[in-house]
Amino acid sequence: MIDQYIYPEFEVVRNQNRCISCRVCERQCANEVHRYDTDLGVMLSDETKCVNCQRCVSLCPTHALKIVKSDCRLRENANWSDQTIKEVYKQANSGGVLLSSMGNPTPLPVYWDKILINASQVTNPPIDPLREPMETKVFLGKKPEKVLRRASGELITQMPPQIELSMPVMFSAMSYGSISYNAHASLARAATELGICYNTGEGGLHEDFYCYGENTIVQVASGRFGVHKNYLEAAAAVEIKMGQGAKPGIGGHLPGAKIVGDISRTRMIPEGSDAISPAPHHDIYSIEDLRQLVYSLKEATDYKKPVIIKVAAVHNIAAIASGIARSGADIIAIDGFRGGTGAAPTRIRDNVGIPIELALAAVDQRLRDEGIRNNVSLVVGGSVRSAADVVKAVALGADAVYVATAALLALGCHLCRTCHSGKCNWGIATQRPDLVKRLNPDIGSRRLVNLMNAWRHEIKELMGAMGINSIECLRGNRLMLRGVGLTAKELEILGISHAGE
Amino acid sequence: MKRVYVNEKWCLGCHLCEYNCAFANSGMTDMVKALKDKPIYPRVHIEQSDDITYAVSCRHCKDPLCVKSCIAGAISIVDGVVKIDKTKCVGCLTCVLVCPYGAVRPGPTGAAQKCELCLENSCGEPACVKGCPNNAIVYEERQEEK
Ligand code: SF4
Ligand code: SF4
Ligand code: SF4
Ligand code: SF4
Repeated sequence: MIDQYIYPEFEVVRNQNRCISCRVCERQCANEVHRYDTDLGVMLSDETKCVNCQRCVSLCPTHALKIVKSDCRLRENANWSDQTIKEVYKQANSGGVLLSSMGNPTPLPVYWDKILINASQVTNPPIDPLREPMETKVFLGKKPEKVLRRASGELITQMPPQIELSMPVMFSAMSYGSISYNAHASLARAATELGICYNTGEGGLHEDFYCYGENTIVQVASGRFGVHKNYLEAAAAVEIKMGQGAKPGIGGHLPGAKIVGDISRTRMIPEGSDAISPAPHHDIYSIEDLRQLVYSLKEATDYKKPVIIKVAAVHNIAAIASGIARSGADIIAIDGFRGGTGAAPTRIRDNVGIPIELALAAVDQRLRDEGIRNNVSLVVGGSVRSAADVVKAVALGADAVYVATAALLALGCHLCRTCHSGKCNWGIATQRPDLVKRLNPDIGSRRLVNLMNAWRHEIKELMGAMGINSIECLRGNRLMLRGVGLTAKELEILGISHAGE
Repeated sequence: MKRVYVNEKWCLGCHLCEYNCAFANSGMTDMVKALKDKPIYPRVHIEQSDDITYAVSCRHCKDPLCVKSCIAGAISIVDGVVKIDKTKCVGCLTCVLVCPYGAVRPGPTGAAQKCELCLENSCGEPACVKGCPNNAIVYEERQEEK
């Protein structure tokens, strides 16, 4: 039997009255959708290959193009949706696991959108951030339990190692290999200019980027790619990756075809060999094992760098975080179920994990209840989309947030969710030199800096409206939040009141 | 003087600059009307081989061969910008022959034409630079003037 035909998802609509046959779309589409027919003298398209990345739409000089969702639909069925049926066809054709990229797109609740922020009226006046100083700086790391003095009465000001951030936002882990050299260069340069951090992910640190070390978090993941002494020493902090929101409980696999040149050198594995990150760390089966790795890394870096442990938000996250807070780690990073990825099995991405808002509230509360909140800073990620999400996360108890998808959007990503094809038309999730070139880090870093500066302004405005002039005063200040359309149980977990209460 | 410079490292070979140039110099206000179903006469051209592409346009040389060679005295330097007076050009194309960059080419009327930095057309600044998606051509003041 032949493969089941699946009608293309998108239609390429070209307004022939506007098209000047410049062939820009043809040259820019790595999926080879467009072509010029010399006999007919017009541009034609093969929509079966279109992934709706909108590169052609963005560059067409006469705005002659649009990509629309095809309305060729299977017979309607509330139980068997068009997509579900097509997934069955695809699997019957291929016999394989379905793969997806970027974050979970399913219509599960987004709690950020059901939380509203307070503002001051009458009795405690709002503050105008353009006229008065506003502090957005945060320090991540273990905080002392109490004020300590020497016998002479002098204050002891020595602190465990901290990361200083000019605003409570960092670019989260994306490895060199999953994203391009130019994407990394853009992130590194922007983080340095902004006074925040970016994260190498598990692909090692390219030798060209050691100069951005003070603004770099280096990752130690289950594959241990590219980990060596200089790598650890170059960084502002070391992150142990236990899990990732997009695929909790799943390892990674960068095919050998992508392990070439610099990537193979940076990962310290031979060219052409598959880069397999096992699902577990094979030396970690308990909090005690984790503690050993934390202390090996601290030992290797002379106790000068905070150690972060990154976990996916899963059912027992509060208990897991409580264990981690006792493992000697300085920072816990929690990644919610909407976090992005370069490639994940679709079923895992769309069905495993829990929302970051609930995980954050539960963890912050648990650590407070157990009196160990000062042991660690909390960083959350997994779809923080705007300055408002940042403010809500901080008010729920986060010390800082990780953003990746928003950063990629600033670099040009159009969320076509086909990173795993390796043919990113925007030069981000690809290693093909002609495509990587499309992302000029001069432009990329400027756009990232613009985005973060815009968020910083908005964070200050939201804080000012609440009458708060320092982000430290907002942290865990859940009285500043109200829920709308949430059940009593959801409100209880979030630790907030309903609007009107 | 500000000139158009090329960063070939970032050129994608998309040819947008050629179309933006042709439009800017067409005297029309709509790109479709200006360029649809017609041959185009851009003043910037993409040179390409397998894995390298870059845009070439007039360098506005300090001591330009085209000015020296023009038999009709149609090419002159005005405030550093090398310009061709179309009404004087006799179409002998000696300038095309002598320009070491290949930056002069015959235009639609047969008279030679070349980049004049868009200073007098509807764009007012180099259209190629303005429309380049990847900063592969820039318009700036640099020291190393020839
Ligand atoms: S894949 Fe992207 S560039 Fe190609 S036709 Fe579709 S939207 Fe355009
Ligand atoms: S980029 Fe636009 S104008 Fe150019 S060929 Fe494609 S559709 Fe036509
Ligand atoms: S517009 Fe820019 S990137 Fe495109 S061909 Fe011209 S110089 Fe190169
Ligand atoms: S400056 Fe203007 S005339 Fe010169 S090449 Fe660029 S677009 Fe064409």
